[in-house]
Amino acid sequence: MIYFDHVSKVYSPTSAALEDVSFAVEPQEFVSIVGQSGAGKSTLLKLLLAEEKPSSGKVFFESLDVHKISNGELPRVRRRMGVVFQDYKLLPTKTAYENIAFAMEAAGKTEEEIQQDVPQVLELVGLMDKAWHFPSELSGGELQRVAIARAIVNRPDVVIADEPTGNLDPINTWEIINLLEKINELGTTVILATHDKEVINSLKRRVVTLEKGRVVRDEKRGRYVL
Amino acid sequence: MEIIQLKRTVRQGFVNFWRNGWVSLATVLVMVLTLFVFGGLFFSNVLLTSALEQLEEKVDISVYFKTSAIEDEILALKSSVEKLAEVREAEYISREQALLEFEERHRENSLITQSLEELGENPLGASLNIRAQNPNQYEAISRFLESASFENIIDKINYRQNQLVIERLSQILNSSRAMGLGVTIVLAVIAILVAFNTVRLAIYTSRDEISIMRLVGAANSYIRGPFLVEGVLHGFLASLAAMIIFWPLVAWLGPKAERFFGGPNLLDYYFSNFLWIFLMLLFIGVVLGVISSLIATRRYLNK
Repeated sequence: MIYFDHVSKVYSPTSAALEDVSFAVEPQEFVSIVGQSGAGKSTLLKLLLAEEKPSSGKVFFESLDVHKISNGELPRVRRRMGVVFQDYKLLPTKTAYENIAFAMEAAGKTEEEIQQDVPQVLELVGLMDKAWHFPSELSGGELQRVAIARAIVNRPDVVIADEPTGNLDPINTWEIINLLEKINELGTTVILATHDKEVINSLKRRVVTLEKGRVVRDEKRGRYVL
Repeated sequence: MEIIQLKRTVRQGFVNFWRNGWVSLATVLVMVLTLFVFGGLFFSNVLLTSALEQLEEKVDISVYFKTSAIEDEILALKSSVEKLAEVREAEYISREQALLEFEERHRENSLITQSLEELGENPLGASLNIRAQNPNQYEAISRFLESASFENIIDKINYRQNQLVIERLSQILNSSRAMGLGVTIVLAVIAILVAFNTVRLAIYTSRDEISIMRLVGAANSYIRGPFLVEGVLHGFLASLAAMIIFWPLVAWLGPKAERFFGGPNLLDYYFSNFLWIFLMLLFIGVVLGVISSLIATRRYLNK
């Protein structure tokens, strides 16, 4: 479903963020990308989202080379990938409800669909009572749950989470990880980038380990080993 | 689907305008300033133009005919003068009319009236007052009159005496117009740049939001739409505010300017051309707001 084909990314001649990375992600898989800060996890995800272009190699989303997609087509492809970030990236001038609704509006959904689906995902992430709060009025854990709700509301094929628990305390961390597991059980592929050892060890799912921009391990039921 | 997106875009533009409170207010204020400069330039041009026109009105040349000249010849000359492209109007004053006016003017002066009576006949010649389309055309008109065929009926043309004054005045008029235009262009460009940069700054504060919207899969046109709606709103509110500010200003300045320039009263002008001026400011404001937004968002959308 997703395939990194000999991907390298060089920012400056002296340092390569990624070097010859190749691996595939199957549909409905839950894959963790682990590695220390600066190992290239975020770069990898940015390449998948076509936020950045690789210096060499290709990234495929199904049969599409994501870096050959035209500017006009790119939004359509991005709607099939839900994204969650460490810093939440919610729109500060919109309420929780509106942030989630925005993703649906952008996808051209009707008002009826929005009015039906947004409360559903808010219910799923347990934030029905905070629907009309602005991001500045929510805690870190709540913000991340809104971000997850936004990521899944368009029923994407894959959810990409870049250090989603990086700013959260242990309790909130587990809530977010449980949510991602639930999403995966419902049939959505999940790619999780993290450097949280406990999270990885308890998940018991596939782990791809990056070190200095290279894949050094790829295990079906991996543990956090560095 | 298209209509629903349009509806959302308009609604979002209004919501953003409202929620960005201070940024919106600052943008509108700068836009008001810009439109105020445009309006001010417009009103000054009205005053300057009317003052210059009045000055131009005062310039003419007179052709004095010999007392022996036959009226038919003079009228023939008048009609040929009127055919010249440079001539706006030519007014004929007959000998009798000239005498009447002369007597009227010197009614109080018994010496003059007495000498006229003693003379027994009309000593004054007929004359022709000629106005040109443009003050610098008097030279050409005068040269036409000085050509040989009229020599026997024309006594004198007063252009040569006033030549220096007319030329100087014509120069002043031309340079005043050029200066007015120059100042207008410079101030307008400055005002446009200030407004443009303010809108750019306002959108700069939204650059993170724009990148988030892109990541969530919003099409560029859908992201840009609300900013354009905000641009229209800024322009509309600013033109309205500028019109309101001009009201007390022209009411206060109008009579003073009328006395100084002898032009129209700005307050009357403001009310009789209210819709027109408002539409002009609205057009400038909206176009400025929309184009600034378009250019500013393009930067973050084409990354």
